[in-house]
Formats: sequence, C-alpha cells, structure tokens
Amino acid sequence: MAIEVRIPTILRTYTDGAKQVEGSGATLDELITDLEQRHGGLRDRLVDGGGLRRFVNVYLNDEDVRFLAGLETPVKDGDTVTVLPAVAGGDR
Amino acid sequence: MLTIPRDLYDKIVAHARADHPDEACGVLAGPAGRDRPERFIAMLNAERSPTFYRFDSAEQFRVWREMDERDEEPVVIYHSHTATEAYPSRTDISYASEPQAHYVLVSTRDEDQAEFRSFRIVDGEVTEEPVTVVE
Repeated sequence: MAIEVRIPTILRTYTDGAKQVEGSGATLDELITDLEQRHGGLRDRLVDGGGLRRFVNVYLNDEDVRFLAGLETPVKDGDTVTVLPAVAGGDR
Repeated sequence: MLTIPRDLYDKIVAHARADHPDEACGVLAGPAGRDRPERFIAMLNAERSPTFYRFDSAEQFRVWREMDERDEEPVVIYHSHTATEAYPSRTDISYASEPQAHYVLVSTRDEDQAEFRSFRIVDGEVTEEPVTVVE
C-alpha cells in the first residue's frame, strides 16, 4: 500500500505525464519530500519556504489540508492526496 | 479561437450581471481534448469581492472530481471585472494554471453592453483570441 497522489495537468511535466503517482511518508511534508526523489522539481511547485504555496490547493482525501494541519497533516497508506491549482485572480 | 454556444455565452453574462458589483466566476466543462464547452458550472466566489475572485476550494474539489469522472476538463474558466476592462490583470496572469483553458473575461462596468473577451494564458503570456458564438 502507498499514498496515491493526483497530479494536475500543469504539474505533469514533473511526472512524465502521469496523472497519478505514489509515495510514502507520515506527514504531507514527508510525502512531498519522498515524491521529490522521483519527480525532481515538484516540491518547489508545491512548497514555498515553510508552507504550501498560495497558488495550489492540496487535499487529503476530500479535505483541503489548509483546514487540517497544512504540511504537518498526518497521512497514511491508502490515503489519496489531490493537488489542484487554485483558480483565482483580481482586477489589478 | 473560442467557439461557444449561445446559451452558455448568455449564462456567463447573466451570472456576471447577477453578482455585480462583486466578481463572478465559473467554468464551462467539455469532453477532454475536444476544446468544446458543453456544461455551465457557476462557482462561488469565496472572496465575495468587487476586485478579487477565488474558487471555493471545497467546491472546486467536487467540481474537478466530477469532471474527472465524466472525462471532462475545464474548457473555459471565466470571471468578471466589474469596474475595469475585460482584460487579464497581473493577478489573473500569475494565477493562470490551466494551459489548455480559454480564460474568458466579462466586464460589467457598462450597464447595457457587456464586454466578453477570451484569452490564452500560458507561462505568463497573454494572447487574445476571437470568440465565435454559435446558435
């Protein structure tokens, strides 16, 4: 068993086009570090300094991790992590 | 070029008018890879603001999962500007993250005449494209 991670179109350049990859770790932070070993560059697109980038939404199963514990959110085998680009903008 | 059915065009303009002076936003979904918008999905503007919009993250998750299950993609991502022209702002450009999508901007600053324009935004580069409305 592993943690399934769903990758949005814009980040599939880091996964050789794969929609879905697998990883492991006890927290979201560890999972992203694990993914980085096989999909170099991905971490930088998700994490900025100590937190998640404003431009991405990361969900554990169907919950936005911003409402859980962010990068420190515990994850386990069998979970699904979904990454979606935030859709936002403004008039300036 | 964006080719859009009349009823979907009208729904976008009506949504923008209804939420004025706040920005309205939403998606037209269509079959993946076909570049054909078919399904209108109005989204909440989590910011409820006249100068900013952001999809509600929980709603976005549900809508994106539903599109995935139906083998659809966001063909059009639209939002309104309520006091400025229908052209992507710096913020719009920095957030644009669906390279295959048509970014539609509607301006409701004129009460009678809505401005409706479409753009590609790829790697920070904006290219306007013609809009063809089909009956």
